[in-house]
Amino acid sequence: MSHLLTLLFGRLPIGWLQLTHSRGRFFAAVAGVAFANLLVFMQLGIMGALNSSTMAPYAILNADIILSSQDGNTLTDGGHIPRARMFQALGVAGVTDATPLFIGNLPFTLEDGSSVSLLSFGIDVAKPSFTSPNIAASLDKLTLESTVLLDEGTRGMPATVISELMNGGRFSFETGGNTLTAIGTMDAGGGFLADGMMIMSDQTFLRVFPSRTSGAPNHILIRTADGVSKDAVVARLTGALPSGNLRIQTMTGSASNDLVYMATERPTGIIFGFGVFMGILVGLVIVYQVLSTDVADHLREYATFKAMGYGQPFFLGIVFEEAIILAVFGFIPGFFVSLLLYAGLVSFTGLPVAMDASRAILVFLGTLAACSLSGAIATRRLANADPADLF
Amino acid sequence: MGDAPIITRGLNHFFGTGDARKQAIFDINLEIERGSLTILMGPSGSGKTTLLTLIGCLREVNDGEVRVLGHELNNAKEAMLVGLRRRLGFIFQAHNLHESLTATQNVLMGLEVHGSGNALKQRAAAHHVLDLLGLADRRDYLPGSLSGGQKQRVAVARALVSNPEIILADEPTAALDKESGHTVVQILKALGKARGTTTVMVTHDPRILKMADRIITLEDGRIVSDT
Ligand SMILES: Nc1ncnc2c1ncn2[C@@H]1O[C@H](COP(=O)(O)OP(=O)(O)OP(=O)(O)O)[C@@H](O)[C@H]1O
Ligand SMILES: [Mg+2]
Repeated sequence: MSHLLTLLFGRLPIGWLQLTHSRGRFFAAVAGVAFANLLVFMQLGIMGALNSSTMAPYAILNADIILSSQDGNTLTDGGHIPRARMFQALGVAGVTDATPLFIGNLPFTLEDGSSVSLLSFGIDVAKPSFTSPNIAASLDKLTLESTVLLDEGTRGMPATVISELMNGGRFSFETGGNTLTAIGTMDAGGGFLADGMMIMSDQTFLRVFPSRTSGAPNHILIRTADGVSKDAVVARLTGALPSGNLRIQTMTGSASNDLVYMATERPTGIIFGFGVFMGILVGLVIVYQVLSTDVADHLREYATFKAMGYGQPFFLGIVFEEAIILAVFGFIPGFFVSLLLYAGLVSFTGLPVAMDASRAILVFLGTLAACSLSGAIATRRLANADPADLF
Repeated sequence: MGDAPIITRGLNHFFGTGDARKQAIFDINLEIERGSLTILMGPSGSGKTTLLTLIGCLREVNDGEVRVLGHELNNAKEAMLVGLRRRLGFIFQAHNLHESLTATQNVLMGLEVHGSGNALKQRAAAHHVLDLLGLADRRDYLPGSLSGGQKQRVAVARALVSNPEIILADEPTAALDKESGHTVVQILKALGKARGTTTVMVTHDPRILKMADRIITLEDGRIVSDT
């Protein structure tokens, strides 16, 4: 290792030799950085799961623009708007099609007596173009009253039920005094929003949610003509429709607003964001402690090097070399232990917690930056090395 | 001024400011010849170390002139001082070795300050100097497992390895046994003859006094004898 670093730097790897000379301190420092990495990875993992849960319903829909009520928070947490807006929107240039979307939560009691909630989408089955292609293919089957497509990842649902459904079987269940029959599955990915999802026709939806009326859907989905700017259509709709309690956004705009809302307005998002901050702080403090103690312990040697003619860049080089070594050696175990914990989280909670390359790279760069920052602060102590005190 | 490697003119030095201001050396005028071995003597507190650190660019000159290797030190820029230090070799009273580096690596530090260069050649040079000082079998030892005298010899090797033009030593033989103290001074004398290396050394060792070309005695910051 020492020879390799000598080749790399074109000089003796003083920082490496110095750090590894006191093993105990080196391992403590590496463990500290690894722990900070672990904290950050866990928080980011759960935040990532939160984000993919928020995005999951968007994946089953297929639209360009969405009309929602102003008092709604996210796609699945919103109020109603008058269906009349749909007819008005259809009259606006650039709008080719529109459909109402109903969303509600249905409780469902499993065989073992525990209760799960199913996020239910009611749509016009005659307009398959508003759902993702794999759902659109089985949409015509939903014209039968009281039939649904069930999320294959539904928490607590026996695996046999799902596999039977996937092989063309059926599964009937009671919910709120109604009997529903699942005639197929869809893949929506589990998450924080609900234990599972369901798609059904608007007719079925209105039957199982008797308090809802066909005149007041949650959203109106709009498709625009090819080659027309969605933003231009949004602008035109804003001009044409009555503005009271109406939000007009592109589908992607709505999705990113939902992400911002979940990250900044909901306690979960804030807590996890705070966790990331704490992880970074822990890492900064540990690395600063180690590096500044190390500088203080070697002031005499540094003063000697100064007397020999070494300049400031050499000393900064040593401290940054140490910072980078700590970052790399701490990141590696931190990363692998995080992978293990991610796997554990997935198997215990079913949350979509996954490591992706961009997160790993981001955390690694962040670790390098944090370690370098600590190193930069620690170098202030170098000024105390005075070669005149040596004789 | 002549072209001697070390020249001082009217050199005074003060420590502290205000009421605590105290003069440590007074009106030092010296011209030290190239290749000579000069010994500085004097009682404790007479200013020997102060003079040595001024010549060695380790302390700012505040009054008078010091010319080292043709460069005026009074009001000199830091970069110039750093560059000049690379042409000097220091042997301190304490060995000041880096505990995390082996004997060879410590000696290499004396070479790497001049740039990375050929690593193999640098190692060979470091080994050569260590061998010369009787440390052939201790090349890869960490300072922690060397005796006091061996550590001091490694420190001497570090100072000599880059062929400095001037060597400044402050009681270097205090930590050495008689034998190796003698060897070190002989090497310094030989370097003076062969390469014109100029040595200024603070010592009270009577056996070394005999080998000196010149002996300067300080008392209360003033030169009281120069032979
Ligand atoms: N950093 C300093 N601050 C203030 N006074 C100092 C400092 N260094 C030395 N002095 C004073 O300057 C005078 C000369 O000190 P110096 O160390 O040069 O003496 P010396 O001849 O080397 O003594 P010794 O033989 O004990 O090493 C002394 O009176 C000392 O107290
Ligand atoms: Mg002294």
